[in-house]
Formats: sequence, C-alpha cells, structure tokens
Amino acid sequence: MSEALNEQALARYRNDFLKEVEERVEEGEWVKMCMQCGVCAGSCPFGPHWQHSPQKIFMMIRAGKREEVLTSDSMWMCTSCYNCVVRCPRQLPITQIIHGLATYAHRLGLAPRDQPTRHFSRLFWKNCTRAGRVNELKLTLGLYFKDGLVSGIKKAWALRNIGLGMLLAKRLNPFELIRGHECSDKAGIQKMLKKAHELENRRRGFQE
Amino acid sequence: MAKKEYAFYPGCSSQLRGSASNYLTSVNSMCRTLDVKLTEIPDWNCCGASIGYAESGELPRHVMNARNFALAEKHLPGRDVVATCAACWLGAKETKEKLAANKTLKGDANECLKEAGLEYQGKTEVRHMVEVLIEDLGYEELGKHVVKPLEDIKFAGYVGCQTNRPFGINGESFENPVYLDKLVETAGGEAVTDYDQKVTCCGGALAFSEPEKSQRQIKDIVESAYDHGAEMIVTPCPLCQANVEIYQGEINKKYGTKFAMPVLYYSQLMTVAYGGSAKQAGLDGQVIRAKKLEEIAVKVVPVKK
Amino acid sequence: MADMKTAAYICRGCGIGERVDAAQMAKIAEKEGKMNLVRSHEFLCSASGVQMIRDDIEKESVTHAVIAACSRRAKTEAFHFPAIALSRASIREGVIWSQPDTPEARETTQEMADDLVRMACAEVKKMKVPAGNPDVGRNKRILVVGGGVSGMTAAVEAAKAGYEVVLVEKEARLGGWAAKLWKRVPYREPYRDPADTGIDKLAAQVQSDKRIKVHLNSTIARTGGAPGRFTVEVATESGAVAAEEVGAIIQASGFTLYDATRLTEFGYGRSPNIVDQAGLEKLAREAAAKGEPIRRPSDGGEVKTVAFVQCAGQRDATGRHLPYCSGFCCNTSIKQALYFKDANPAVDTVVIYTDLRTPGNGEDFYRSAQAKGVVFTKGKVLSVEPTDKTLTVRFQDLILNEDTAIENVDLVVLATGQVPNSGVNIDLPPEEQEKLEVKPVSILNLAYRQGKDLPQLKWGFADSHFICFPYETRRTGIYAAGPVRRPMDIAQAIEDATGAALKAIQAVENAELGRAAHPRSGDLSFPIVRLEGCTQCKRCTVECPFGAIDEDEKRYPVFNESRCRRCGTCMGACPVRVISFENYSVDTVGSQIKAVDVPDEFSEKPRILVLACENDAYPALDMAGMRRLTYSPFVRVIPVRCLGSVNTIWITDALNSGYDGVMLMGCRHGEDYQCHFVKGSELASYRMGNIDDTLKQLALETERVATYEVAITDIERVPQLINDYAAKIKEIGLSPLKGFG
Repeated sequence: MSEALNEQALARYRNDFLKEVEERVEEGEWVKMCMQCGVCAGSCPFGPHWQHSPQKIFMMIRAGKREEVLTSDSMWMCTSCYNCVVRCPRQLPITQIIHGLATYAHRLGLAPRDQPTRHFSRLFWKNCTRAGRVNELKLTLGLYFKDGLVSGIKKAWALRNIGLGMLLAKRLNPFELIRGHECSDKAGIQKMLKKAHELENRRRGFQE
Repeated sequence: MAKKEYAFYPGCSSQLRGSASNYLTSVNSMCRTLDVKLTEIPDWNCCGASIGYAESGELPRHVMNARNFALAEKHLPGRDVVATCAACWLGAKETKEKLAANKTLKGDANECLKEAGLEYQGKTEVRHMVEVLIEDLGYEELGKHVVKPLEDIKFAGYVGCQTNRPFGINGESFENPVYLDKLVETAGGEAVTDYDQKVTCCGGALAFSEPEKSQRQIKDIVESAYDHGAEMIVTPCPLCQANVEIYQGEINKKYGTKFAMPVLYYSQLMTVAYGGSAKQAGLDGQVIRAKKLEEIAVKVVPVKK
Repeated sequence: MADMKTAAYICRGCGIGERVDAAQMAKIAEKEGKMNLVRSHEFLCSASGVQMIRDDIEKESVTHAVIAACSRRAKTEAFHFPAIALSRASIREGVIWSQPDTPEARETTQEMADDLVRMACAEVKKMKVPAGNPDVGRNKRILVVGGGVSGMTAAVEAAKAGYEVVLVEKEARLGGWAAKLWKRVPYREPYRDPADTGIDKLAAQVQSDKRIKVHLNSTIARTGGAPGRFTVEVATESGAVAAEEVGAIIQASGFTLYDATRLTEFGYGRSPNIVDQAGLEKLAREAAAKGEPIRRPSDGGEVKTVAFVQCAGQRDATGRHLPYCSGFCCNTSIKQALYFKDANPAVDTVVIYTDLRTPGNGEDFYRSAQAKGVVFTKGKVLSVEPTDKTLTVRFQDLILNEDTAIENVDLVVLATGQVPNSGVNIDLPPEEQEKLEVKPVSILNLAYRQGKDLPQLKWGFADSHFICFPYETRRTGIYAAGPVRRPMDIAQAIEDATGAALKAIQAVENAELGRAAHPRSGDLSFPIVRLEGCTQCKRCTVECPFGAIDEDEKRYPVFNESRCRRCGTCMGACPVRVISFENYSVDTVGSQIKAVDVPDEFSEKPRILVLACENDAYPALDMAGMRRLTYSPFVRVIPVRCLGSVNTIWITDALNSGYDGVMLMGCRHGEDYQCHFVKGSELASYRMGNIDDTLKQLALETERVATYEVAITDIERVPQLINDYAAKIKEIGLSPLKGFG
C-alpha cells in the first residue's frame, strides 16, 4: 500500500519535491519561506542528535533531495518542545512541518524501519484511538516488547524500579491490562476517525 | 453557586490511578478551596497528544480534539474548557486555532463528527488551569486563602515546554516565564528565580522512545535545580513531572549522581498552603517523597480570627 | 583694552559651597585673577543669579566674565550672554563630582577649584567677542551635479523649499540609471511587487519647475569660491562655457556598474545568455515594449530557468574585484526574479547568495518573492559554463556543504556592484595618478589648493562623516548625495538627496550670516592670520582638513572663511603662531596653562595637563563626573576645539613650567574616524610623534606626553586613563624642570 503511494507521488511530482511537500505535507507550504538563518538548529534540545537540522531539511527539500529527506532519522528526533517555532524569525511552524514530514515519510513507508519514535508514535495512536483513551500500561509494555519477548522482559526488568515506584505511588494500575479507561461511544469515535482518514486522503491527493 | 464554573478536561494521565492521578487529586482540593467548580466533559476522549502524529495525520488529530469541544458545547454550554495537562491544552488550542482559520478544515471536521452524532461550533475557549488561576482569579485572590505559607522551602519553577510554547501564558516571555515563580511566592515559598533550565525540554514523549537522550535533558534540569539551591521542583505539566521525577534513579545509576529531588505540581503546593492534608494534596503519589511539604501538611492549621 | 571690564561669579549651589571654600575662590579671582568685580551666589543659574549677571553687564558695563559653577556644557541657556566674552570654570562636574567627598581629599579638591578659577580668569582676559566672518556670500542658488534620481530629487526638494537650482547633467536626458530600469524595488506597503520607477514623472517635474535651470550634455569645467559665492563654469555641448553663481553644491554624480567583462569566472562575454543586472533590465524593457516574455538572448528560446549570481565581483577578498557590498543588488535580483515569476510562475528562478542583504523594507519583499516561489540557495558560485544553448551553473552549497550544479539554465544574471563616480583621487600622488589604467575625469574641477575633487575615504567613495554627519563632505558647502557617497538603492538615494538639499540650504543661509554651518553651527569666530609674521611654510594650507585655505602667488595663505569649519587645525599647525580666533587662540589656552599653580618638587603633588577634545573627551569627562567616577586631583583639564588645534608650544610651555605630564585626548582617527574635523586628531597624533625630540632636548622622559583616542561613550574609561597616567607619573617621578619656568 505504502509502496504504491510512493510510486504514485514520484510519478506525479517528478523532480519537484518542494511542490510535493507543499501539497502533501502538513504546513508544507511554509518550507519555501525559510530564510536559512539556522536559529532552529541552535534551539533544538536534541540538536546534537540530528543528522539534518530543520534548516538543512528545508534546504534539502528545495534542492530536491527527496530520498534523503524522507528516509532521514532527523524528523523523528522532534520532542515537540516548540522552541524552534517561537524563535523562528520567519514564524514558520517548524515543529508542525517536521511532524508533517515524519508523517508523510511514514505513510510512504520510507521512514527508517526501526526508528523507536516512529514505532512509539504508531503505538500511541493505536492505543488511544482503540477505546478513545490511553491505556498507559499497555502502551508501556507495547514499547518494551516491540523487539520481542526476551528483549521486552529484559527492558521491563531493567526498569522495574520505575514501575514499582509508580505502582506504590498509586500512579500505575495493573488492572489496566484487563480493563482500562474507555469512552462509552467507542463506535462513534471509530466511525469518526475512519471518515477523517478518508477525507484527509482525498484532500492530500492520496489514492489508496 | 460556585464562584467560577468550567467544563473540565482531565486528560488520560490524570485519571484514577493514572500516571498523574496525584495532579487530579490536588487540583480538585485546590479548586474546592477556591470555590471553582469543575464539571467533567461527559465521555471525553484522548487529545491525540503531540506524539500520535505519525499515524494520525492532520484531520484525525483535529477531529479528536473537536469531539471534546463538541461534547462540551453540547452538555456544558457557555463554559470554558479547562485542561490540566499541557499537551491536552496545546492540542485542543491548536485545533481550535486551525479550524477557525480554515473553513475547509472545519467543514471536514464536522463531516467526521456527524458520524458520532456531534457538531463543532467553535464557540468554546480552552484554558489551562494555570490561566484560570492567574487570569480568572488573580494572584491576590489566590493568596487570600493561604493559611500555611510554605516557608523555608526553595522551589525551582520548571515550566517546561508545552504550557509555554508555542502559545504560552498571556504576557509571559517564552525564554523566561515567571508565573510559576509568582505562584510559588503566592503560596509563601521561595522561588529560585535564576533557575536557568526552567524552559528546557525534558524529552517529552521521547523519554519512552529515546531514553538516553531524554535522560541527558532531565539530568541538566535536575542538576541545575540543585546548583541553584532548590529543594524541590514545581511544574505545571504531567509529562514534565513524570519524566523529571521517575528517571532520577536511572540517571543516578548511569551518571553516578545522587539525585532525590521531589517534583511537584503547583496545585499540590497550593493545596498544602491552603491547609489541605498530604493525601488531599496527592503527596502520597510522589515517587520521591516531598518530606518538607508533608511536614507542613501535617501541621495544625492556625485558627483564623 | 581700555574698555575691558572683568567680573567673576562664583556659584555655591549644587553642593559647591559645602565641598569647597567659595570665599577663597572669590579671593583668588580678585587678587590673582585681577577681576574688577567678584560676586558669589548661592544658586547662580536661578533667575536672581542670572539677573545679577545681566544687571552687571548693563549697569556695570561688564565685558568679560568668569562663571565658576558647572561645566560649560551645562546650563547653556541660563548662562547665555552673547554680548560678552565668557569663560566657564567647571567646579561642579570637573571638581566636586569627580573628587571623593572625604576629609582627606578636601585640600586637593580645593586646589583644583582654585586653579580652575585662575585658569578661567586668565583665559577670559585673552578673549574677544567674535564679530563674525567678513567672507559673506549672499548667493543662495544651489548647484546640483547629476540628473539621476539623487540629483533630480535634490533639485526638486530645494526648489520646493524656495531655492533656485542649477542642474547639470552630462547625458542628453535626465534620469540616470533609474531611467534604464524597467521597474524599481517596491518602496511602500505591502512591499510585494516591483513598482514603476516614476522617473519620467520626476524628470517632468524638474523640467517644468521654473526655479530649476537644467544644463544637459554639460559638465563642470571649473568651480571656485566658497559657500555663498561659488562661481562655476559649465561646459555645454556646443563648447560654450556658461558661468553660474551659486551658494552651495550638491554632487550627485552617481555610480558606474562594475565592469562585468572582468568577471571571466562567471563566463561573462562567452555567452549572450550571461548578463549583468543592467543587461537584464534592458531585456525586460525590450520584452515589455513588445508585450512578450523575456527570451533567451542567444536564440530567442523560451526561458524556463534563470539563475541570479549574487556578489558577482563584490565582497571579494582576493583583491581582484570590489571588496565591498553594494547593498542594492540583493533586492534588485529579487525584483528581477519577479519579472519572470509574476509573468509566468512556471519559470524556475534561483537566487544563489552567500548572505542575502535586503536593507530597508527589503525583508518584506524577500518574503514576497519566497511566497511567489523564487528559490533562494545559500551558496558560492564556482563557475558559469555555456553549453549548447543553455548554461551550467556550478556552485558550492553552503548549507548542505557540497559542490553541486544547476543545468539547463537559460539565463544567468550577475549582480555586480556600484563604482562611485567620484572623480580624481586627490590624495593619490601625481606619479600614482599617471599609472592608473583609466584616467578618472574630474567631476567638479575645483580651483582649490588641495585638489580638483572631493576627498575620498575608502574605495573611491566621497568622504562623508559616516558616523555623525553623513551628508558632510570635507569641502564646506559641497554635499555628496546618492551612490557617490556610498552604495545605495533608489529609496535610499531619494532620502539621501533630500537630506543633502537641506544641508545645502543650511550652508547658504549660514554663509550669508557669516557664521559656521557645521559642525560648530552658528559659530561667529573665524581664523585670523597675522600675515606680516607668516613664513609661507604652507603647513596651514596643506593640513587644513577642509581645503579652506588657498595660496596666493607669493605662497601666502588665502583664507576662505566660509569654507572653514573653525576647528583650529591651522592654528595648531602654525609654527610661528600667527593664526588665531578671537575667542580661541594660542594665548587663551597658553595663559590658562601658565595660570595653574604648580607646587614645588617636594610637595609630591604632580600637575598633569589634560587637553581634551570638546566634542568627545570633554563630554565623557563631564559624564564621568555625573556618575561620580573619581579621578586624580592632579589633573587640570582644558577643553580644546579639536586636538588638531593643539599647538606644540602649549606642550613645551607646560613642561617648561614644571608640569609633570601632558595627556592629549582626541577622537579615533584612521579609516573609521570619529573626529568631528576628520583629520584633527590624526594630525595631532602625528605632531606629537615629533615631540619626542623636544622632550629629549629637555632631558625628559617620552612618557611625559601621551596621546589617547577617546570616544564620548568612554565614560568609565576616561577616569581610568587619568588614574593610570597619574600612577605612571608617580612611577617615573616628578618633573625635574619645576621651579625653572
């Protein structure tokens, strides 16, 4: 499915990656407005861990480096702290653009496969939309066990003190595994979200 | 009738036995003293948080928030929505702003909501609990109820990101917001005003997916609080609270530090200052116990004339 | 001198009465200063205090007065007595505010105050009330040289203010560069789209204004005279010379675009598809005339991709091209990219820049171009290579740090810079002039002793006092406007020309009144030379920073007072001391130096003379006082008009009288000079370089004379300099010359 989407995008935009971003990525129309000052790069808490700063990502988009951008690990380093947004002299919604690019890369199946934040993001959305509310325990366990049972048990063991502390502080409910918080209109929420995905695909020109 | 009434949006982490249940406990106690009535939005749902983006895309995320607004408009008309969680507030506020600016998006959102039998009108405002305190009530009013000033405790006001950026509290600077320090002072505590990590990111949701990188952030945040002579950290954000508190042990193991810095919510400070018990203030919910605060909480309230 | 009646007024206000013994100061004024009348007042600048002085002037016929109160820079309105000679002793800022209020300091504080009274009494007796300059010129017409945007704007603005204008343009039509443009960079909200140049309208306005007389196809053959009485010979196309009398001159001779044929690295000349910005304007105008889009020059093919190369031959560190940024070219490239984008959004336009500099509201324009899809790439262009029909632009991407290329470019536009049309570099020795490839043509042909054109500061631009007085050149009454002064765009040129027109008006009005226009605006004093003592050494005529002094056939100086700025550099230069001002002379300062009571060598109280520039160092000292920053009580400060006016006789006199050291405080000189009189501090520093010989003759240490560059903002530094110097004097010991003077 995602492969087909990627083919379709490639055919449609040929060499104009900037245009592709403007049409298909949330807040993508702002990319051309970057003035390359680099304040975002210097303001990011995870700055040392980026391969490409937002400044570079924007430049790469203009230079048509589609593959490099969409497979980059960098967008997944965003902690949503919004420091770049409030400091950008051009008032670009950088955090949203970066999220948008990550989302797009994820949809096209180009994002790094084992990227932990990508995995967590997907897990979180599934978790919270299943019953309308987050099941914190399942979310945590889901993260631990992403690489299989043994690795999961190891991680859980390594972090047992945290879980125990939370449990003792009554901030973790073991029964969430069986029955967690839920919305009563789960069905309505599901229908609503299904519609939203449909509409979004139509607006962004995705044909699945 | 209560002095102020709001449609309450507690968010997932604040639910019973959730990771921020002590936040909810203390907010409820604080609001009782202040005669603020919080009525939970019936059947509210998750805001999607900032981390759900990869799978959610744009419209589904906005629809999740719009549903909460729609429920509030339907069941609790005329009341502002109040969120206690920074991410909930930010997400809801962003949705409101986006739908107001983009008619197509608003139309689409309503088309989706129709599936759940709801409609979003955009009449309701969303406020953070901190805004309710300092804008609707004011520091003076907040100070009037203090019966046990938190004397001799130094607090580092850790504002973090999402109550501060991109929206922030009206009139505050992004680089050096001071409302938390003022709240500390209102409660009779001593604010460490030169705390230089007050708006540093704790890693947010990436504390789960990128623990090493996030813990380096948290280390700076806690260490600076120590360096500036703070005894406790106070924060308005549940994710900040959890991240900064619960990973201190891990950080100690990795870096050989000896951190044991209690991390509290402003609402816990207010509750104790207002004469509430340790339980009412949710102090039993601390992974790192705030002993000095507990001591004040057990003191007998001086009788008012 | 029979009519001189002196008076001294001692103020006791602002704490003076408490900190020093005013009665003693009064006694000194009377006994040592020999003042005819001495009065003390508890609040001298109050209405009653001022009235007391006025009454004395009127009823007691006081002609010369000393006011021992606050700094001469304070209370100037209250102590404004233009009819008498006035000397101010700075007891407040200079003594009580700069000395510690302690019992131990009381003695030295009192000594300072006493000396300042002595000095003021000595000075005032040597002063006269200036009578005004006899070199009065009454012509108020304004000559504008150049008929481009700057020149026409200056002409229109001056005419609107009611002044007659003569405009000389070397081309056959008005308009200059702007007339060659298709559009100009937007100059008003919302700064989004290229705008009409409006140049035809401006030209029509010039031509229809009865107050403006236009000479086309004409140049300036000779300019002589001074503000208020310039005589100008205009060489017209027919070969005839028209004589024009004017009061002030605005030189708006503009710029020439840097010669793109020198840009071989960008392939200029190897393909018609590589043009400079002027070339693109031409293409745009031609295309617009035909109602067609701009086509590829080589074969008329469709233009799909255009690249703009910023800083072409500019900001060059190799020494081959212009070293500076011309400031207008980024906005121009943005404008030119929009020529294409606005006509057809499908055309790719790439601006390759190292730093995008968009002065004024160019930032909005830049944003507009980004929003319209112009791509901006931070990079350094390595080469432009012609291929079959198109071009390949190779560049180093400075963000992604890689060498890359854009292929199939149909048109490359080189953003070259502005070279000022400033005429002959008069500071270049004749033999150097001979070596120049292109012989510059003089613009003004000034019949001045110091050369034909305006002095230049850097890179050929006419010198203007960049920091404080941008319109000023070093030729009084002649103002540079527009790109001849510094690189600029149309909007800046218009503003510049308007300012220059106002300066020209100020010059003609002051010339009529016989007073200085700038920077000592309104000053009625002027240099007076005693020619019978002159040795024709030419130092004054060579050193005058403003070319105010010519020479007659016998090489005697001829002073053109209206060209003079009253800095006194000639007075400082004169070895036989025959140049003076009525209220400022070798004597007024010399007598102050001698009036100071120099204690003997056993007192352990050195005396340090500080000659402080009144424009920067003296205000800095005043402000140090206001902040109560204390400094050594052993200094005696004398403000001077400019360090250039310091005559070396003052230094030798001081040392001979037993002073232990002399500090000279002037403004920064050199390329980024801050001297109000441009060359004054530089000359002083040069002259003091020669004083070492004198010191050696006197068997004194070279440290006894020290020169400092001080800015008005050096409020904390100045006291420190003084204290360090006082420590230095203590270290080398008191002068051995005490008691011999």
